[in-house]
Amino acid sequence: MSSLSVDVYPKRRKTYTWLFFLLPSIAIMLVFFIYPILLTFFYSFTNLALTGEAARELKFIGLDNYARMFQDPTVRISIWNTLVFLIGSAVIGQQVLGFLIALLMKQRNKTFRRVIGTIVLAGWVTPEIVCALCLYSFFGDEGTLNAIITFFGFSEVTWLFTVPMLTIILANIWHGTAFSMLVFQAALDDVPNEIEEAAVVDGASKWKIFTRIIIPYIKSTITTNMMLVTLQTLGVFGLIYAMTGGGPGNSTTTLPIFMYNQAFVNYQLGYGTAISLLLLLIGIVLSLLYIRSMKE
Amino acid sequence: MNAKQRKLIYRILPYAILTGIGICFVLPLLWVLVASVDPNAMQSLKMPSKVTGANYVEVITSSENQRAYLIGLVMSLGQAVLVVLLALLAAYPLSRYQMKYKKPFMLTILFMTSLPITAVMVPVYQLFLGLKLYDNILGVILFYVASSMPYGIWMMKNFMDSVPSDLEEAAWVDGASVFTGMRKVVAPLMVPGICTVAIFTFSGSWGNFFVPYILLQSPEKFPASLKLYQFFGQYGMVDYGSLAAFSVLYAIPAIIMYILSQQFMSKGFGLQGGTKG
Repeated sequence: MSSLSVDVYPKRRKTYTWLFFLLPSIAIMLVFFIYPILLTFFYSFTNLALTGEAARELKFIGLDNYARMFQDPTVRISIWNTLVFLIGSAVIGQQVLGFLIALLMKQRNKTFRRVIGTIVLAGWVTPEIVCALCLYSFFGDEGTLNAIITFFGFSEVTWLFTVPMLTIILANIWHGTAFSMLVFQAALDDVPNEIEEAAVVDGASKWKIFTRIIIPYIKSTITTNMMLVTLQTLGVFGLIYAMTGGGPGNSTTTLPIFMYNQAFVNYQLGYGTAISLLLLLIGIVLSLLYIRSMKE
Repeated sequence: MNAKQRKLIYRILPYAILTGIGICFVLPLLWVLVASVDPNAMQSLKMPSKVTGANYVEVITSSENQRAYLIGLVMSLGQAVLVVLLALLAAYPLSRYQMKYKKPFMLTILFMTSLPITAVMVPVYQLFLGLKLYDNILGVILFYVASSMPYGIWMMKNFMDSVPSDLEEAAWVDGASVFTGMRKVVAPLMVPGICTVAIFTFSGSWGNFFVPYILLQSPEKFPASLKLYQFFGQYGMVDYGSLAAFSVLYAIPAIIMYILSQQFMSKGFGLQGGTKG
Protein backbone atom coordinates (compact mmCIF):
# COMPACT_ATOMS: atom_id res chain seq x y z
CA MET A 1 0.00 0.00 0.00
CA SER A 2 1.43 3.39 -0.89
CA SER A 3 2.14 5.77 1.94
CA LEU A 4 0.03 8.45 0.25
CA SER A 5 -3.17 6.58 0.79
CA VAL A 6 -2.69 6.68 4.55
CA ASP A 7 -3.10 10.45 4.53
CA VAL A 8 -5.69 10.99 1.86
CA TYR A 9 -8.16 8.15 1.97
CA PRO A 10 -9.49 8.42 5.51
CA LYS A 11 -10.61 11.97 4.78
CA ARG A 12 -12.62 10.75 1.84
CA ARG A 13 -14.13 8.01 3.90
CA LYS A 14 -17.67 8.80 4.81
CA THR A 15 -18.98 6.75 7.68
CA TYR A 16 -18.72 3.10 6.79
CA THR A 17 -19.07 3.45 3.03
CA TRP A 18 -16.48 0.69 2.88
CA LEU A 19 -18.99 -1.66 4.45
CA PHE A 20 -21.19 -1.43 1.37
CA PHE A 21 -18.28 -2.49 -0.79
CA LEU A 22 -17.54 -5.50 1.34
CA LEU A 23 -21.06 -6.49 2.22
CA PRO A 24 -22.13 -8.45 -0.89
CA SER A 25 -19.08 -10.69 -0.93
CA ILE A 26 -19.11 -11.25 2.82
CA ALA A 27 -22.81 -12.09 2.70
CA ILE A 28 -22.43 -14.68 -0.04
CA MET A 29 -19.43 -16.25 1.68
CA LEU A 30 -21.30 -16.39 4.99
CA VAL A 31 -24.33 -18.13 3.54
CA PHE A 32 -22.72 -20.58 1.14
CA PHE A 33 -19.31 -21.20 2.60
CA ILE A 34 -18.92 -20.36 6.27
CA TYR A 35 -22.39 -21.42 7.36
CA PRO A 36 -22.01 -24.91 5.79
CA ILE A 37 -18.72 -25.32 7.63
CA LEU A 38 -20.48 -24.49 10.90
CA LEU A 39 -23.29 -26.85 9.91
CA THR A 40 -20.70 -29.59 9.61
CA PHE A 41 -19.91 -29.28 13.29
CA PHE A 42 -23.60 -29.35 14.18
CA TYR A 43 -24.71 -32.22 11.94
CA SER A 44 -21.79 -34.42 12.85
CA PHE A 45 -23.39 -34.82 16.30
CA THR A 46 -26.74 -35.92 14.82
CA ASN A 47 -28.18 -39.03 13.24
CA LEU A 48 -29.15 -37.12 10.10
CA ALA A 49 -30.02 -39.52 7.28
CA LEU A 50 -31.94 -39.37 4.03
CA THR A 51 -33.79 -42.63 4.52
CA GLY A 52 -35.24 -44.66 7.37
CA GLU A 53 -36.34 -43.42 10.74
CA ALA A 54 -33.61 -40.85 11.14
CA ALA A 55 -34.87 -39.01 8.06
CA ARG A 56 -38.07 -38.16 9.92
CA GLU A 57 -36.60 -37.29 13.26
CA LEU A 58 -33.31 -35.50 13.71
CA LYS A 59 -31.69 -36.51 16.97
CA PHE A 60 -28.59 -35.50 18.82
CA ILE A 61 -26.44 -38.53 19.29
CA GLY A 62 -23.45 -36.84 20.88
CA LEU A 63 -20.17 -38.37 19.89
CA ASP A 64 -21.66 -41.55 18.40
CA ASN A 65 -20.58 -40.71 14.85
CA TYR A 66 -17.05 -40.16 16.08
CA ALA A 67 -17.06 -43.35 18.13
CA ARG A 68 -18.26 -45.15 15.04
CA MET A 69 -15.54 -43.53 12.98
CA PHE A 70 -12.84 -44.76 15.34
CA GLN A 71 -14.16 -48.31 15.17
CA ASP A 72 -14.82 -48.37 11.45
CA PRO A 73 -11.94 -50.20 9.75
CA THR A 74 -12.82 -48.48 6.46
CA VAL A 75 -12.03 -45.12 8.07
CA ARG A 76 -8.59 -46.38 8.93
CA ILE A 77 -8.14 -47.67 5.39
CA SER A 78 -9.33 -44.34 3.95
CA ILE A 79 -6.99 -42.30 6.13
CA TRP A 80 -4.12 -44.56 5.17
CA ASN A 81 -5.06 -44.38 1.46
CA THR A 82 -5.36 -40.60 1.66
CA LEU A 83 -1.87 -40.41 3.17
CA VAL A 84 -0.39 -42.75 0.56
CA PHE A 85 -2.10 -40.79 -2.19
CA LEU A 86 -0.93 -37.44 -0.75
CA ILE A 87 2.66 -38.49 -0.28
CA GLY A 88 2.90 -40.50 -3.48
CA SER A 89 1.21 -38.12 -5.86
CA ALA A 90 1.70 -34.70 -4.29
CA VAL A 91 4.80 -34.67 -2.14
CA ILE A 92 6.97 -37.12 -4.06
CA GLY A 93 5.31 -37.19 -7.46
CA GLN A 94 4.28 -33.68 -8.45
CA GLN A 95 6.76 -31.85 -6.28
CA VAL A 96 9.88 -33.87 -7.05
CA LEU A 97 9.01 -34.48 -10.70
CA GLY A 98 8.02 -30.85 -11.21
CA PHE A 99 11.26 -29.71 -9.64
CA LEU A 100 13.28 -32.18 -11.71
CA ILE A 101 11.67 -31.03 -14.95
CA ALA A 102 12.22 -27.36 -14.08
CA LEU A 103 15.85 -28.02 -13.15
CA LEU A 104 16.63 -30.10 -16.23
CA MET A 105 14.97 -27.54 -18.46
CA LYS A 106 17.19 -24.74 -17.24
CA GLN A 107 19.63 -23.67 -19.95
CA ARG A 108 18.34 -26.16 -22.51
CA ASN A 109 17.47 -25.52 -26.10
CA LYS A 110 14.53 -23.12 -26.28
CA THR A 111 12.38 -25.08 -28.73
CA PHE A 112 12.96 -28.29 -26.78
CA ARG A 113 11.95 -26.55 -23.56
CA ARG A 114 8.80 -25.26 -25.17
CA VAL A 115 7.77 -28.66 -26.54
CA ILE A 116 8.26 -30.52 -23.24
CA GLY A 117 6.73 -27.64 -21.26
CA THR A 118 3.61 -27.61 -23.44
CA ILE A 119 3.15 -31.38 -23.15
CA VAL A 120 3.35 -31.29 -19.36
CA LEU A 121 1.06 -28.25 -19.22
CA ALA A 122 -1.52 -29.95 -21.41
CA GLY A 123 -2.15 -32.50 -18.65
CA TRP A 124 -2.73 -29.67 -16.19
CA VAL A 125 -5.05 -27.66 -18.40
CA THR A 126 -7.15 -30.72 -19.24
CA PRO A 127 -10.28 -31.00 -17.02
CA GLU A 128 -10.09 -33.79 -14.44
CA ILE A 129 -12.78 -35.98 -16.01
CA VAL A 130 -10.96 -35.92 -19.34
CA CYS A 131 -7.73 -36.76 -17.49
CA ALA A 132 -9.53 -39.66 -15.83
CA LEU A 133 -10.74 -40.92 -19.19
CA CYS A 134 -7.31 -40.56 -20.85
CA LEU A 135 -5.55 -42.42 -18.04
CA TYR A 136 -8.28 -44.99 -17.69
CA SER A 137 -7.76 -45.98 -21.28
CA PHE A 138 -3.98 -45.74 -20.91
CA PHE A 139 -3.97 -48.23 -18.02
CA GLY A 140 -6.96 -50.25 -19.25
CA ASP A 141 -6.70 -53.98 -19.98
CA GLU A 142 -6.63 -53.30 -23.70
CA GLY A 143 -5.04 -49.90 -23.23
CA THR A 144 -1.92 -48.23 -24.55
CA LEU A 145 0.39 -49.33 -21.74
CA ASN A 146 -0.45 -53.00 -22.22
CA ALA A 147 -0.09 -52.59 -25.98
CA ILE A 148 3.43 -51.25 -25.39
CA ILE A 149 4.55 -53.93 -22.96
CA THR A 150 3.19 -56.79 -25.07
CA PHE A 151 5.04 -55.29 -28.02
CA PHE A 152 8.24 -55.74 -26.03
CA GLY A 153 7.32 -59.35 -25.28
CA PHE A 154 6.04 -58.98 -21.70
CA SER A 155 2.64 -60.23 -20.63
CA GLU A 156 -0.28 -57.90 -19.97
CA VAL A 157 -0.95 -56.51 -16.51
CA THR A 158 -4.40 -55.57 -15.22
CA TRP A 159 -3.10 -52.27 -13.86
CA LEU A 160 -6.39 -50.97 -12.48
CA PHE A 161 -6.88 -54.18 -10.47
CA THR A 162 -3.43 -55.24 -9.40
CA VAL A 163 -1.95 -51.81 -8.63
CA PRO A 164 -4.98 -49.47 -8.45
CA MET A 165 -3.35 -47.06 -5.99
CA LEU A 166 -0.36 -46.69 -8.26
CA THR A 167 -2.59 -45.89 -11.24
CA ILE A 168 -4.45 -43.10 -9.46
CA ILE A 169 -1.18 -41.73 -8.08
CA LEU A 170 0.30 -41.66 -11.57
CA ALA A 171 -2.90 -40.12 -12.92
CA ASN A 172 -2.72 -37.32 -10.38
CA ILE A 173 0.95 -36.79 -11.14
CA TRP A 174 0.05 -36.54 -14.82
CA HIS A 175 -2.70 -34.03 -14.05
CA GLY A 176 -0.92 -31.85 -11.50
CA THR A 177 2.83 -31.79 -12.08
CA ALA A 178 2.72 -28.74 -14.36
CA PHE A 179 1.76 -26.52 -11.41
CA SER A 180 4.93 -27.40 -9.50
CA MET A 181 6.95 -27.17 -12.69
CA LEU A 182 5.77 -23.60 -13.29
CA VAL A 183 6.36 -22.59 -9.69
CA PHE A 184 9.87 -24.04 -9.67
CA GLN A 185 10.74 -22.62 -13.07
CA ALA A 186 9.89 -19.15 -11.76
CA ALA A 187 11.88 -19.77 -8.58
CA LEU A 188 14.93 -21.13 -10.37
CA ASP A 189 14.93 -18.17 -12.74
CA ASP A 190 15.15 -15.96 -9.66
CA VAL A 191 18.39 -17.51 -8.44
CA PRO A 192 20.98 -14.85 -9.38
CA ASN A 193 23.43 -16.12 -11.99
CA GLU A 194 26.30 -14.23 -10.35
CA ILE A 195 26.22 -16.40 -7.24
CA GLU A 196 26.32 -19.57 -9.30
CA GLU A 197 29.09 -18.22 -11.51
CA ALA A 198 31.13 -17.18 -8.49
CA ALA A 199 30.77 -20.68 -7.09
CA VAL A 200 31.92 -22.19 -10.37
CA VAL A 201 34.98 -19.93 -10.33
CA ASP A 202 35.70 -21.10 -6.79
CA GLY A 203 35.68 -24.64 -8.11
CA ALA A 204 32.42 -25.86 -6.59
CA SER A 205 30.99 -29.06 -8.05
CA LYS A 206 27.52 -29.20 -9.63
CA TRP A 207 26.22 -31.11 -6.60
CA LYS A 208 27.64 -28.51 -4.19
CA ILE A 209 26.06 -25.67 -6.16
CA PHE A 210 22.78 -27.53 -6.09
CA THR A 211 22.73 -28.34 -2.36
CA ARG A 212 24.46 -25.23 -1.02
CA ILE A 213 23.12 -22.49 -3.29
CA ILE A 214 20.05 -23.46 -5.26
CA ILE A 215 18.18 -25.41 -2.57
CA PRO A 216 18.64 -22.82 0.21
CA TYR A 217 17.72 -20.03 -2.18
CA ILE A 218 14.36 -21.52 -3.12
CA LYS A 219 13.57 -23.09 0.25
CA SER A 220 10.51 -20.96 0.93
CA THR A 221 9.12 -21.77 -2.52
CA ILE A 222 9.55 -25.47 -1.77
CA THR A 223 7.57 -25.28 1.48
CA THR A 224 4.83 -23.09 0.01
CA ASN A 225 4.49 -25.26 -3.04
CA MET A 226 4.39 -28.40 -0.94
CA MET A 227 1.54 -27.03 1.15
CA LEU A 228 -0.44 -25.84 -1.87
CA VAL A 229 -0.02 -29.09 -3.74
CA THR A 230 -0.92 -31.14 -0.65
CA LEU A 231 -4.07 -29.09 -0.10
CA GLN A 232 -5.10 -29.42 -3.72
CA THR A 233 -4.54 -33.17 -3.57
CA LEU A 234 -6.43 -33.63 -0.31
CA GLY A 235 -9.70 -32.74 -2.03
CA VAL A 236 -9.21 -34.81 -5.20
CA PHE A 237 -12.44 -36.64 -5.92
CA GLY A 238 -13.37 -36.76 -9.61
CA LEU A 239 -10.15 -38.30 -10.85
CA ILE A 240 -10.25 -41.21 -8.41
CA TYR A 241 -14.01 -41.64 -8.56
CA ALA A 242 -14.06 -41.84 -12.35
CA MET A 243 -11.01 -44.09 -12.65
CA THR A 244 -11.53 -46.68 -9.91
CA GLY A 245 -14.62 -45.60 -7.98
CA GLY A 246 -12.60 -46.23 -4.81
CA GLY A 247 -12.10 -49.89 -5.62
CA PRO A 248 -11.41 -52.64 -6.18
CA GLY A 249 -12.63 -53.32 -2.65
CA ASN A 250 -11.59 -50.26 -0.72
CA SER A 251 -8.07 -50.15 -2.10
CA THR A 252 -8.38 -46.63 -3.53
CA THR A 253 -11.02 -45.28 -1.15
CA THR A 254 -9.60 -41.98 0.07
CA LEU A 255 -11.44 -39.80 2.60
CA PRO A 256 -13.39 -37.80 -0.04
CA ILE A 257 -14.56 -41.04 -1.69
CA PHE A 258 -15.49 -42.57 1.66
CA MET A 259 -17.34 -39.41 2.64
CA TYR A 260 -19.25 -39.51 -0.63
CA ASN A 261 -20.15 -43.18 -0.19
CA GLN A 262 -21.41 -42.71 3.35
CA ALA A 263 -23.39 -39.55 2.67
CA PHE A 264 -24.76 -40.11 -0.83
CA VAL A 265 -24.70 -43.86 -1.40
CA ASN A 266 -25.64 -45.08 2.08
CA TYR A 267 -27.55 -41.86 2.84
CA GLN A 268 -25.87 -41.56 6.24
CA LEU A 269 -25.54 -37.78 6.13
CA GLY A 270 -24.68 -37.39 9.80
CA TYR A 271 -21.89 -39.92 9.55
CA GLY A 272 -20.85 -38.39 6.23
CA THR A 273 -20.52 -34.96 7.85
CA ALA A 274 -18.41 -36.41 10.64
CA ILE A 275 -16.04 -37.65 7.95
CA SER A 276 -16.19 -34.26 6.18
CA LEU A 277 -15.20 -32.74 9.46
CA LEU A 278 -12.20 -35.02 9.69
CA LEU A 279 -11.23 -34.01 6.14
CA LEU A 280 -11.86 -30.37 6.99
CA LEU A 281 -9.70 -30.61 10.11
CA ILE A 282 -6.82 -32.05 8.11
CA GLY A 283 -7.34 -29.21 5.62
CA ILE A 284 -7.44 -26.60 8.40
CA VAL A 285 -4.21 -27.83 9.97
CA LEU A 286 -2.50 -27.90 6.59
CA SER A 287 -3.86 -24.44 5.66
CA LEU A 288 -2.60 -22.93 8.90
CA LEU A 289 0.81 -24.45 8.29
CA TYR A 290 0.66 -23.07 4.77
CA ILE A 291 -0.21 -19.57 5.91
CA ARG A 292 2.63 -19.73 8.42
CA SER A 293 5.08 -20.85 5.79
CA MET A 294 3.95 -18.00 3.53
CA LYS A 295 4.44 -15.41 6.23
CA GLU A 296 8.00 -16.46 6.86
CA MET B 1 35.52 -43.16 -19.35
CA ASN B 2 37.57 -40.11 -20.22
CA ALA B 3 36.66 -36.51 -19.50
CA LYS B 4 35.40 -35.85 -23.00
CA GLN B 5 32.96 -38.77 -22.90
CA ARG B 6 31.74 -37.73 -19.50
CA LYS B 7 31.09 -34.21 -20.68
CA LEU B 8 29.11 -35.54 -23.62
CA ILE B 9 26.96 -37.69 -21.34
CA TYR B 10 26.31 -34.72 -19.07
CA ARG B 11 25.09 -32.80 -22.07
CA ILE B 12 22.88 -35.52 -23.51
CA LEU B 13 21.46 -36.94 -20.27
CA PRO B 14 19.07 -34.07 -19.45
CA TYR B 15 17.64 -34.21 -22.96
CA ALA B 16 17.20 -37.97 -22.72
CA ILE B 17 15.43 -37.79 -19.33
CA LEU B 18 13.18 -34.94 -20.43
CA THR B 19 12.31 -36.75 -23.65
CA GLY B 20 11.36 -39.83 -21.62
CA ILE B 21 9.15 -37.76 -19.32
CA GLY B 22 7.65 -36.03 -22.35
CA ILE B 23 6.73 -39.35 -23.95
CA CYS B 24 5.05 -40.59 -20.76
CA PHE B 25 3.04 -37.37 -20.59
CA VAL B 26 2.07 -37.24 -24.24
CA LEU B 27 0.82 -40.81 -24.77
CA PRO B 28 -2.52 -40.56 -22.88
CA LEU B 29 -3.17 -37.22 -24.53
CA LEU B 30 -2.31 -38.49 -27.96
CA TRP B 31 -4.85 -41.26 -27.48
CA VAL B 32 -7.75 -38.87 -26.95
CA LEU B 33 -6.74 -36.78 -29.97
CA VAL B 34 -6.25 -39.74 -32.30
CA ALA B 35 -9.31 -41.67 -31.08
CA SER B 36 -11.49 -38.63 -31.70
CA VAL B 37 -10.85 -38.81 -35.46
CA ASP B 38 -10.69 -42.61 -35.71
CA PRO B 39 -13.89 -44.27 -37.01
CA ASN B 40 -12.93 -47.52 -35.20
CA ALA B 41 -11.34 -46.10 -32.05
CA MET B 42 -10.25 -48.55 -29.37
CA GLN B 43 -8.94 -48.29 -25.83
CA SER B 44 -5.37 -48.44 -27.00
CA LEU B 45 -3.51 -45.82 -29.03
CA LYS B 46 -3.24 -46.92 -32.66
CA MET B 47 -2.90 -45.45 -36.13
CA PRO B 48 -6.40 -44.88 -37.51
CA SER B 49 -7.08 -46.63 -40.82
CA LYS B 50 -8.67 -43.40 -41.99
CA VAL B 51 -9.35 -40.01 -40.49
CA THR B 52 -12.95 -38.97 -39.95
CA GLY B 53 -14.89 -36.05 -38.54
CA ALA B 54 -17.91 -38.26 -37.93
CA ASN B 55 -17.28 -38.54 -34.17
CA TYR B 56 -17.29 -34.77 -33.84
CA VAL B 57 -20.37 -34.41 -36.02
CA GLU B 58 -22.17 -36.97 -33.87
CA VAL B 59 -21.28 -35.15 -30.64
CA ILE B 60 -21.99 -31.65 -31.94
CA THR B 61 -25.34 -32.44 -33.54
CA SER B 62 -26.77 -34.02 -30.38
CA SER B 63 -29.11 -31.49 -28.83
CA GLU B 64 -28.47 -33.00 -25.39
CA ASN B 65 -24.76 -32.32 -25.73
CA GLN B 66 -25.39 -28.81 -26.99
CA ARG B 67 -27.52 -28.09 -23.96
CA ALA B 68 -24.93 -29.51 -21.57
CA TYR B 69 -22.24 -27.41 -23.18
CA LEU B 70 -24.38 -24.31 -23.02
CA ILE B 71 -25.29 -24.89 -19.37
CA GLY B 72 -21.61 -25.32 -18.57
CA LEU B 73 -20.81 -22.04 -20.31
CA VAL B 74 -23.65 -20.19 -18.59
CA MET B 75 -22.55 -21.49 -15.18
CA SER B 76 -18.87 -20.71 -15.63
CA LEU B 77 -19.37 -17.34 -17.31
CA GLY B 78 -22.05 -16.29 -14.84
CA GLN B 79 -19.80 -17.22 -11.97
CA ALA B 80 -16.79 -15.44 -13.46
CA VAL B 81 -18.74 -12.20 -13.98
CA LEU B 82 -20.19 -12.23 -10.47
CA VAL B 83 -16.87 -13.04 -8.84
CA VAL B 84 -15.10 -10.25 -10.72
CA LEU B 85 -17.74 -7.65 -9.82
CA LEU B 86 -18.00 -8.60 -6.14
CA ALA B 87 -14.26 -9.06 -5.69
CA LEU B 88 -13.56 -5.72 -7.32
CA LEU B 89 -15.92 -4.00 -4.90
CA ALA B 90 -14.50 -5.82 -1.89
CA ALA B 91 -10.90 -5.22 -2.91
CA TYR B 92 -11.35 -1.47 -3.03
CA PRO B 93 -11.64 -0.69 0.69
CA LEU B 94 -9.19 -3.50 1.48
CA SER B 95 -6.62 -1.91 -0.76
CA ARG B 96 -7.29 1.78 -0.16
CA TYR B 97 -8.63 2.32 3.33
CA GLN B 98 -7.08 1.96 6.72
CA MET B 99 -9.24 -0.52 8.53
CA LYS B 100 -9.05 -1.91 11.99
CA TYR B 101 -9.49 -5.60 11.27
CA LYS B 102 -7.94 -5.69 7.82
CA LYS B 103 -5.10 -7.99 8.66
CA PRO B 104 -7.12 -10.73 10.39
CA PHE B 105 -9.72 -10.40 7.64
CA MET B 106 -7.14 -10.94 4.91
CA LEU B 107 -5.67 -13.89 6.77
CA THR B 108 -9.12 -15.44 7.10
CA ILE B 109 -9.58 -14.95 3.37
CA LEU B 110 -6.24 -16.59 2.65
CA PHE B 111 -7.16 -19.42 4.97
CA MET B 112 -10.46 -19.97 3.17
CA THR B 113 -8.72 -19.90 -0.19
CA SER B 114 -6.85 -23.01 0.71
CA LEU B 115 -9.61 -25.13 2.25
CA PRO B 116 -10.59 -28.12 0.13
CA ILE B 117 -14.09 -27.56 -1.30
CA THR B 118 -14.64 -31.32 -1.31
CA ALA B 119 -14.85 -31.27 2.48
CA VAL B 120 -17.85 -28.90 2.56
CA MET B 121 -19.95 -30.64 -0.07
CA VAL B 122 -22.00 -32.76 2.36
CA PRO B 123 -23.12 -29.78 4.49
CA VAL B 124 -23.67 -27.69 1.35
CA TYR B 125 -25.95 -30.41 0.04
CA GLN B 126 -27.95 -30.30 3.29
CA LEU B 127 -28.11 -26.53 3.14
CA PHE B 128 -29.34 -26.66 -0.46
CA LEU B 129 -32.10 -29.11 0.46
CA GLY B 130 -33.17 -26.75 3.25
CA LEU B 131 -33.07 -23.62 1.07
CA LYS B 132 -34.88 -25.39 -1.79
CA LEU B 133 -31.88 -24.71 -4.01
CA TYR B 134 -31.15 -28.37 -4.71
CA ASP B 135 -31.20 -29.24 -8.43
CA ASN B 136 -31.15 -25.55 -9.29
CA ILE B 137 -28.59 -24.18 -11.75
CA LEU B 138 -28.65 -20.73 -10.16
CA GLY B 139 -27.94 -22.36 -6.79
CA VAL B 140 -24.87 -24.08 -8.22
CA ILE B 141 -23.66 -20.74 -9.59
CA LEU B 142 -24.16 -19.10 -6.18
CA PHE B 143 -22.14 -21.80 -4.46
CA TYR B 144 -19.41 -21.49 -7.07
CA VAL B 145 -19.32 -17.72 -6.52
CA ALA B 146 -19.07 -18.15 -2.75
CA SER B 147 -16.33 -20.75 -2.99
CA SER B 148 -14.19 -18.70 -5.37
CA MET B 149 -14.82 -15.40 -3.56
CA PRO B 150 -11.88 -15.73 -1.11
CA TYR B 151 -9.50 -16.42 -3.94
CA GLY B 152 -10.99 -13.62 -6.07
CA ILE B 153 -10.75 -11.05 -3.28
CA TRP B 154 -7.20 -12.06 -2.45
CA MET B 155 -5.98 -11.75 -6.04
CA MET B 156 -7.94 -8.60 -6.76
CA LYS B 157 -6.63 -6.83 -3.67
CA ASN B 158 -3.06 -7.63 -4.63
CA PHE B 159 -3.66 -6.36 -8.16
CA MET B 160 -5.31 -3.19 -6.86
CA ASP B 161 -2.41 -2.50 -4.51
CA SER B 162 -0.19 -2.12 -7.56
CA VAL B 163 -2.43 0.56 -9.13
CA PRO B 164 -1.03 3.94 -8.00
CA SER B 165 -3.50 6.12 -6.14
CA ASP B 166 -2.30 9.43 -7.66
CA LEU B 167 -4.48 9.17 -10.73
CA GLU B 168 -7.50 8.45 -8.64
CA GLU B 169 -6.81 11.43 -6.43
CA ALA B 170 -6.48 13.63 -9.48
CA ALA B 171 -9.95 12.49 -10.54
CA TRP B 172 -11.34 13.43 -7.12
CA VAL B 173 -9.84 16.88 -7.38
CA ASP B 174 -11.70 17.20 -10.68
CA GLY B 175 -14.89 16.40 -8.82
CA ALA B 176 -15.31 12.65 -9.34
CA SER B 177 -16.93 10.57 -6.62
CA VAL B 178 -15.23 7.55 -5.06
CA PHE B 179 -17.37 5.30 -7.20
CA THR B 180 -16.66 7.17 -10.43
CA GLY B 181 -12.93 7.15 -9.64
CA MET B 182 -13.09 3.45 -9.14
CA ARG B 183 -15.01 2.81 -12.33
CA LYS B 184 -13.22 5.24 -14.63
CA VAL B 185 -9.69 5.16 -13.25
CA VAL B 186 -8.94 2.09 -11.16
CA ALA B 187 -10.89 -0.56 -13.08
CA PRO B 188 -9.40 0.25 -16.51
CA LEU B 189 -5.89 0.03 -15.07
CA MET B 190 -6.72 -3.35 -13.60
CA VAL B 191 -7.79 -5.07 -16.80
CA PRO B 192 -4.97 -7.66 -16.60
CA GLY B 193 -5.89 -8.49 -13.00
CA ILE B 194 -9.59 -8.65 -13.77
CA CYS B 195 -8.95 -10.98 -16.69
CA THR B 196 -6.74 -13.22 -14.60
CA VAL B 197 -9.38 -13.57 -11.89
CA ALA B 198 -12.10 -14.14 -14.50
CA ILE B 199 -10.08 -16.80 -16.31
CA PHE B 200 -9.16 -18.63 -13.12
CA THR B 201 -12.73 -18.70 -11.87
CA PHE B 202 -14.06 -19.79 -15.24
CA SER B 203 -11.59 -22.66 -15.53
CA GLY B 204 -12.21 -23.71 -11.94
CA SER B 205 -15.90 -24.39 -12.46
CA TRP B 206 -15.68 -25.48 -16.09
CA GLY B 207 -13.42 -28.35 -15.08
CA ASN B 208 -15.29 -29.14 -11.87
CA PHE B 209 -17.25 -32.32 -11.64
CA PHE B 210 -17.98 -32.91 -7.96
CA VAL B 211 -20.01 -29.76 -7.25
CA PRO B 212 -22.68 -30.22 -9.97
CA TYR B 213 -22.60 -33.98 -9.33
CA ILE B 214 -23.77 -33.36 -5.76
CA LEU B 215 -26.02 -30.35 -6.27
CA LEU B 216 -27.86 -31.32 -9.45
CA GLN B 217 -30.18 -34.23 -10.07
CA SER B 218 -32.07 -33.80 -13.35
CA PRO B 219 -30.01 -34.95 -16.37
CA GLU B 220 -31.39 -32.08 -18.42
CA LYS B 221 -29.64 -29.63 -16.10
CA PHE B 222 -26.21 -31.30 -16.31
CA PRO B 223 -23.28 -29.19 -17.50
CA ALA B 224 -20.70 -30.62 -19.93
CA SER B 225 -18.46 -32.08 -17.19
CA LEU B 226 -21.29 -34.21 -15.80
CA LYS B 227 -22.54 -35.18 -19.22
CA LEU B 228 -19.10 -36.49 -20.07
CA TYR B 229 -18.92 -38.48 -16.86
CA GLN B 230 -22.32 -39.99 -17.53
CA PHE B 231 -21.14 -40.92 -20.97
CA PHE B 232 -17.92 -42.42 -19.64
CA GLY B 233 -19.21 -43.98 -16.45
CA GLN B 234 -22.53 -45.52 -17.39
CA TYR B 235 -22.20 -46.76 -20.90
CA GLY B 236 -19.12 -48.88 -20.27
CA MET B 237 -17.09 -46.83 -22.75
CA VAL B 238 -18.34 -48.59 -25.84
CA ASP B 239 -18.05 -45.74 -28.26
CA TYR B 240 -14.49 -44.56 -27.70
CA GLY B 241 -14.52 -42.34 -30.78
CA SER B 242 -17.36 -40.04 -29.80
CA LEU B 243 -16.30 -40.15 -26.15
CA ALA B 244 -12.89 -38.87 -27.22
CA ALA B 245 -14.43 -36.24 -29.50
CA PHE B 246 -16.63 -35.01 -26.63
CA SER B 247 -13.58 -34.87 -24.37
CA VAL B 248 -11.61 -32.79 -26.83
CA LEU B 249 -14.51 -30.37 -27.32
CA TYR B 250 -15.00 -30.14 -23.57
CA ALA B 251 -11.31 -29.44 -22.98
CA ILE B 252 -11.15 -26.66 -25.57
CA PRO B 253 -12.56 -23.78 -23.45
CA ALA B 254 -10.14 -24.69 -20.65
CA ILE B 255 -7.24 -24.59 -23.10
CA ILE B 256 -8.39 -21.28 -24.63
CA MET B 257 -8.65 -19.80 -21.13
CA TYR B 258 -5.15 -20.97 -20.32
CA ILE B 259 -3.72 -19.43 -23.49
CA LEU B 260 -5.53 -16.16 -22.75
CA SER B 261 -4.20 -16.12 -19.20
CA GLN B 262 -0.67 -16.22 -20.58
CA GLN B 263 -1.35 -12.89 -22.27
CA PHE B 264 -2.28 -11.30 -18.98
CA MET B 265 0.12 -12.90 -16.58
CA SER B 266 3.18 -11.06 -17.75
CA LYS B 267 4.77 -11.33 -14.35
CA GLY B 268 5.16 -15.08 -14.57
CA PHE B 269 4.11 -17.54 -12.02
CA GLY B 270 5.91 -16.78 -8.77
CA LEU B 271 4.47 -17.28 -5.31
CA GLN B 272 6.35 -14.33 -3.93
CA GLY B 273 4.77 -11.18 -2.60
CA GLY B 274 1.48 -12.83 -1.80
CA THR B 275 1.19 -11.90 1.85
CA LYS B 276 1.27 -8.14 1.81
CA GLY B 277 -1.20 -7.18 4.55
